Amino acid sequence: MSRLTSGGQIDRTQPLRFSFDGKSLAGFKGDTLASALLANDIRLVGRSFKYHRPRGILSAGSEEPNALMQLGQGDQTTPNVRATTQELYDGLIAASQNRFPSLAFDLLSVNDLMAPFFGAGFYYKTFMWPKSFWEKVYEPFIRRAAGLGRLSGKADRALYDKAFAHCDLLVIGGGPAGLMAALTAARGGLDVILADEDFAFGGRLNSETVEIAGQPGAGWAAQVVTELAGMANVRLMPRTTVTGAYDGGTYAALQRVSHHLADPADHLPLETFWRIAARRTILAGGAIERPIAFANNDRPGVMMASAVRSYANRFAVLPGQKISLFTNNDDGHRTALDLLRLGADIAAVVDTRGDVAAMGDYPLITGGQVTGTSGRLGLKSITVSSASGRLKVATDCLAVSGGWNPSVHLTCHMNGRPVWREDIAAFVPADNAIPGMRVAGAANGDFSTHAALSAGAAAAAEALGDLGKPAPATVFPAAEDAPIQLEPFWHFTGSKGRAWLDLQNDVTTKDVALAHRENFRSVEHMKRYTTLGMATDQGKTSNVGGLAVMADLTQRSIPETGTTTFRPPYSPVALGALGAHGAGKDFAPSRFLPSDALARELGAHFIEMGVWYRPSLFPQSGETHWRQTCDREMRMVRSAVGITDITPFGKIDVQGADAAVLLDLVYANTMSSLKQGRVRYGVMLREDGMALDDGTCARLGEDHFVLTTTAGAASDVFAHLEFCTQVLRPELDVQFFSVTDQWAQFSIAGPRSRELVSGLCDEDISNERIPYMACAEVTIGGIGCRLFRISFSGEQSYEIAIPARYGEALARELGQRAAALGGGWYGLEALNALRIEKGYLTHAEMTGQYTADALGIGGMVSAKKDCIGKVLSQRSALVGPGKMELIGLKPVSPLKQFSGGAFLFSQGARQVLGNEEGHVTSHCYSPSLDHVIAMAFLRDGRSRLGEHIIMKDNARGIEAVCEVCPMVHVDPDGERLRG
Amino acid sequence: MRIDCPNCGSRDRREFQYLGAAVLMDRPAPDAGEQAFVEYVYFRENPAGAHRELWLHEMGCRSWIVAERNMGTHEFASTRLAADVKRGAK
Repeated sequence: MSRLTSGGQIDRTQPLRFSFDGKSLAGFKGDTLASALLANDIRLVGRSFKYHRPRGILSAGSEEPNALMQLGQGDQTTPNVRATTQELYDGLIAASQNRFPSLAFDLLSVNDLMAPFFGAGFYYKTFMWPKSFWEKVYEPFIRRAAGLGRLSGKADRALYDKAFAHCDLLVIGGGPAGLMAALTAARGGLDVILADEDFAFGGRLNSETVEIAGQPGAGWAAQVVTELAGMANVRLMPRTTVTGAYDGGTYAALQRVSHHLADPADHLPLETFWRIAARRTILAGGAIERPIAFANNDRPGVMMASAVRSYANRFAVLPGQKISLFTNNDDGHRTALDLLRLGADIAAVVDTRGDVAAMGDYPLITGGQVTGTSGRLGLKSITVSSASGRLKVATDCLAVSGGWNPSVHLTCHMNGRPVWREDIAAFVPADNAIPGMRVAGAANGDFSTHAALSAGAAAAAEALGDLGKPAPATVFPAAEDAPIQLEPFWHFTGSKGRAWLDLQNDVTTKDVALAHRENFRSVEHMKRYTTLGMATDQGKTSNVGGLAVMADLTQRSIPETGTTTFRPPYSPVALGALGAHGAGKDFAPSRFLPSDALARELGAHFIEMGVWYRPSLFPQSGETHWRQTCDREMRMVRSAVGITDITPFGKIDVQGADAAVLLDLVYANTMSSLKQGRVRYGVMLREDGMALDDGTCARLGEDHFVLTTTAGAASDVFAHLEFCTQVLRPELDVQFFSVTDQWAQFSIAGPRSRELVSGLCDEDISNERIPYMACAEVTIGGIGCRLFRISFSGEQSYEIAIPARYGEALARELGQRAAALGGGWYGLEALNALRIEKGYLTHAEMTGQYTADALGIGGMVSAKKDCIGKVLSQRSALVGPGKMELIGLKPVSPLKQFSGGAFLFSQGARQVLGNEEGHVTSHCYSPSLDHVIAMAFLRDGRSRLGEHIIMKDNARGIEAVCEVCPMVHVDPDGERLRG
Repeated sequence: MRIDCPNCGSRDRREFQYLGAAVLMDRPAPDAGEQAFVEYVYFRENPAGAHRELWLHEMGCRSWIVAERNMGTHEFASTRLAADVKRGAK
């Protein structure tokens, strides 16, 4: 065991069991999976992406490229979980990835021997031919051999949530700068959100031995967190990664809600995806230590120095028995001092700088470089070159410190380009890269504890000032203020071995050199050619190192070489979290008819029409095919009476002295001349001249109209009316409101409809009083209702609108009365076929691509007045010969079915795209005619009645000769309507 | 992105529906001719800077709003109720 007997921020009173690759292991509460593995002396944790090289834990944070785990089992397994951020819980099950049959013996490690053939871009060159092999042979092989974790292939049953938050100040990162910023702003009275990806606030303070105000840094952090937790204006969000910065102070954040719980409550989501709207933001995301590239620097046991300090100080784990260090700055020495204090054995400190002295009692090699390593499944020794020659040092852990890269990622999400700072040899954020955001602490290149604290306080004071509040008087805590002592050193070029830059994607310095030789020298090209900086870690530990190599090769400086673009998310976000509440029934609201319960009792089949669930068929016993039901329902309507629930049709109540003026503007035909108590069919155009929607307009009073719209176009029409009244004619005295939900509406159609309705209404509804296209207010059982004599079936027909709360009661009454008259309910299939028989339009025809003229209702566009769309509907291109016109089709010889969308060709014409002269829009079997019929657009169709034409559907393999005919197949003179 | 609705205050842009340039407010006279309407419906500037445009606060108060937005930075310089703008223009 490498666990120290005391110290650290683990809770030794809460031991936990977990398993790794089937082996049961022990850890403590406060451990990460990574620290618990190291405590159990497990150094080999995974195999690399391409070469299947043995890999160990590199870091102690979200930048981890190697220690990716498959968590859980069965269909609830999660791939690519970083062991370095996963909190340990009792019963955690983890498995290593990308190895077969086992981690220690992996068959595909043969790839490593083939490495000379697998350089950057190898598959562009190797798998060129035969072409047919790519999909069947090469790609499956590459996918099998390369890659990280695997999905279960089953539906993710986990619950995800999304949430919104608002604050004056969002503080990203809870290290010294972030804590000081949050504390200053909160004391100053701002609403503060403090988010940190770790489960414990404190940042590096938890991993270092620095003191603040005379106490250990971690203790100071805990004290600040306690004060913040007690303030009503502060929301602490641990386990929350701010993943993206967007316009207007909007930030995306992923909160891991129950990944750390052994037995989470059922209501808890796994993760919550937040959108945070912040008036001001302070980015205090810290910095990430960077590796140095040297031969075979990827062995298990080679780690970041900062990670070694984290494991030693925070988790009380020594990652090795004999630890060596390789550094170009003072951090390597501090690491040695920390380790010595904890009783570790230091093999050597190798410093690239020549003029440094040891800070304590450890062997120091100055002006030295680590040039190689040995140990197949774990580090055994390093080779060090210096002025005094080559030296082999036995060591099982090498801690590397190449300096720090500020976490500038979020500042680049809105096109910001980071700026190179020579003194710290690192990129820092550009000024004002994100409006409203300030950057403080290590994220801005201020690496000392003192600098971080003061920058955090200053940034908060500025934010307070922006928002009109004075900064509170704060006693500033004393802390170390060591300047950064660093000599840039990126990679050792002298040895023959491969030196890794990107551990996750297996990219070496040689791959970058190859990209350079093949002229992929722009950093963006180099990234894509070598895949450096891709995959789940997005190059957090490799990016700048890669740039440095390319800069050397092109003999430019690093800032001249430039950086690739950082895009959201900062760290991976599961699609399940992005799509929280976007799957299944959560995707859209479900709307149910007033008669829904009754229709279900009757055994209706339902279909989804937009968000509405509407009955398509009301099958009776013995009916085994939908057509039997549909045909019976149609015959029922044409011979007796049928009822259907048409509540989803949009209903808009329009009132005001200028109501008629508005309606004359939006309808192509004139509505101001409509008499009270009458209904008129109307069509609305868009300003480009195309038909927007059709429907009815009923005049209930001098200044009171009720419009109906197609169900699917209801919201478009409503927004169009709002545009006309607010944007074009705000001076009009007119108000309108959608009353679709307020009125349940039923159609009663068929020759016996009047018999049914007159028995229901208290008033006289004779043909004389309520003729075709009349409307009236009536009472049914004492309830005020609206009666419209309109038809969508071609039959004598009424529509009754009743306040929605009585809808179901009326539906049941209508059903009983209809049954007594030999009628009953009919569904959408019959409704649609009835309207096709009669040549009425729906949005199968009114697609937004056709004018009123094309639809055969061009005569409705009034010549006497202006309307929206009138001028452009008469453009020469839309009125000349060769334009589309809606017509009817019938088969010349027996035909089983027409085909929606099928093309129409002239007889004898070559049936190729470009020669088509139209297409079928709607079709059905007509029981009245005993053959199939269709509606179709056809060039100059109305002057081609009687012509024989070819219908061709290549997708369904249907071809038929049909005859162009009028659209109205049933009762062309409208006698039934008026009867 | 956030938009200041004159009625509702600062709201997430998902509550709004974008229509297009505010030139749509100036519908030509009925007798202005085909070309005037073609320009009104189809022809648009695409400035890399300030742009006056129409948004509908669809999931809010349902007001049409004239916004001045910088197309390069997405910063909003102003938002006003379209009805007020139109009345003021008279």
